[in-house]
Amino acid sequence: MGETVIRAVDGVSVQVNAGEFVALLGSSGSGKSSMLNLIAGLDRPTSGSVIVQNRDLAKLSREELAKYRLHVVGMVFQSFNLIPSMTLVENVELPLRFAEVDRSQRESIAREALERVGLRARLNHRPSELSGGEQQRAALARALINRPKLLLADEPTGNLDSHTGTEIMDMLRDFNRALGMTVVMVTHERALAERYAQRMIFLADGKLVDDRPNSPFQPNGSPAGARQ
Amino acid sequence: MKLPDLAELALRNLRESFLRNSLTTIGISVGVASLVAMLSLGTGLQQLFTRRLAKSGLFDTIYVSSRREMRGMGREEERNGPIPGQSRILDEAARVEIEHLPNVSEAYPDIRFATELRFEDKPHLTTVSALPQSAKGNDAFENMQGSFFSSETAPEVILQKSFAEELLGKTPPLGAPEPSVSELAQPLLGKELDMRYAQREVTPAEPVTGGTATGDDFAGASYSVVSREQKLKIVGVSDLDPESMRGPTRARVFLPLRLAESLHVMQPTDLREISRAASDKPAYSSISVRVKNPSQIQGVEDAVKKMGFITFSILDASRSLQQVFKVLYAFLGIFGSLALAVASIGIVNTLVMAILERRREIGIMKAIGASDADVRKLFFAEAGAMGIFGGVIGVILGWAIGQVINFGTNIYLKRQSIPPEHFWAVPWWLVVFAIGFAFLVSLVSGLYPAGRAARLDPVQALRYE
Repeated sequence: MGETVIRAVDGVSVQVNAGEFVALLGSSGSGKSSMLNLIAGLDRPTSGSVIVQNRDLAKLSREELAKYRLHVVGMVFQSFNLIPSMTLVENVELPLRFAEVDRSQRESIAREALERVGLRARLNHRPSELSGGEQQRAALARALINRPKLLLADEPTGNLDSHTGTEIMDMLRDFNRALGMTVVMVTHERALAERYAQRMIFLADGKLVDDRPNSPFQPNGSPAGARQ
Repeated sequence: MKLPDLAELALRNLRESFLRNSLTTIGISVGVASLVAMLSLGTGLQQLFTRRLAKSGLFDTIYVSSRREMRGMGREEERNGPIPGQSRILDEAARVEIEHLPNVSEAYPDIRFATELRFEDKPHLTTVSALPQSAKGNDAFENMQGSFFSSETAPEVILQKSFAEELLGKTPPLGAPEPSVSELAQPLLGKELDMRYAQREVTPAEPVTGGTATGDDFAGASYSVVSREQKLKIVGVSDLDPESMRGPTRARVFLPLRLAESLHVMQPTDLREISRAASDKPAYSSISVRVKNPSQIQGVEDAVKKMGFITFSILDASRSLQQVFKVLYAFLGIFGSLALAVASIGIVNTLVMAILERRREIGIMKAIGASDADVRKLFFAEAGAMGIFGGVIGVILGWAIGQVINFGTNIYLKRQSIPPEHFWAVPWWLVVFAIGFAFLVSLVSGLYPAGRAARLDPVQALRYE
């Protein structure tokens, strides 16, 4: 049989600046998720490089990549990806365990994070007992628990109704603004991207089609300045 | 991840598929139980034998004789050290010295002589031997009819069964069933025997003129041999033969030690050690030395050799017995381990299943920052936890099986009117070893699944449920 290399992302060169809110757009199979996985350090490019904070992810060992995922990146998924056998606190606490944070501090950090996303009343519930919006909020709390510089979201509203989707997107934007966190979001909903992202990158068949700035809708009327 | 976190996560994962993991754990515990059962049987049997042998008096006794007893056989002991005629005499001073060596509980002269005993005016010939009071603990006297000597000087005898048969004229033809000891003891206990023996009596020395008198020269001294008679009361008839190791020279009649000493029976060596024999303090042909613990035999034997005497003990026989037990142990261990080997396959199976089931979970953990090592350790911890639980349950199970078999065997022994025995022993090291071994086996079993889980590609694992 032999191995066939599928070029999911081919010849794409993109630079994202710190603090930016970038939307990766494209139809399914366009390579946007593959690109996100490369940035997340979950996958490694067969050629080329992914440089984050002056480090080439393509050259990191598996161990170093795990450290990178733990401390530099936070991830939110379409299907939430909470561990069903654990309560919300335990789910949010999990990255702290991997980071070997002291047991005594862990629970209070996790509680605080869940309170920040409005889940104070749901701490000891299991994911299956919660609505989709609540699960995604918990996933967001988990993604932010190790204070990452880079938040990656893969169709974060894909499994949510438009109202809860807006709620989650508002939170993403707030974290982007308040913490200066860089956000890279994969979506196929152009409207969502236009409303929240400062920049839109269009992919099709693994190739870059378009890369343009966008003025997101401002709830308070003041325009968001795109930082360089 | 830190160890407490690992343990916590592993335990919660084990709880998640409780039935499957319990079944695997039971598999391990059955394996451990069979290992514990086998090894505790081995240990129990070894302890039983050691106990028996210690009681037989053969394993804590050293026979000491003088180099003067050597007959030019060219043995190793003869070639090294002073020639027999010039070597040390085994006398009372030497006996006391040996008795004061560390770890020696007693040293007593072997007094034995062949003589004539008359019972109801009929003469019988046999070898008579003296026993110290400590011989009471010897298991040859365990099922004895009657009682042991009332004191060290009492004019009493204990008969060996075959001599009792001879006295009563009941010696059965070869192959015929032997009469029971109680049957033989009935008409004999309390009866008297006349023992005729040759006494050595020292007569006052008449110095020999012209003789060169050195320190220990008794030239010119003389002694007479006088025929004596001593009445002895039969107090016991013993079933077993306390001197079975001595073969044809074994005694069938036993006297209290101090009584035998006071009789000054003429010994064969008295003729050769002519100058000694005329003294009141004769040389002993041999001395039995009892050590406090069979393990100290070697040390005491060496110390006695250093004094210039020849020693003999059953130590070598005991060594080969230890060898036999080591082999037995290895075999029992291998058989016991088989079940554990089967159980370890169960662990591999369970964990591989768990990987398939928890593919997505592993992907999630990796996506949020778990390293390969974290995932590997988690699976190791799960395997190890099953091993420890299985080990603990298995030890308890093995112990219980042992108790049941012990109980059953003893009921059987009781029916056969044999006193109960302890065949089963679970020493603390076996408990530690069994649990440790189960832990180790499960870690080895976890090697492959843990490696596989660690190598899982997170992108693929996350793709779909």
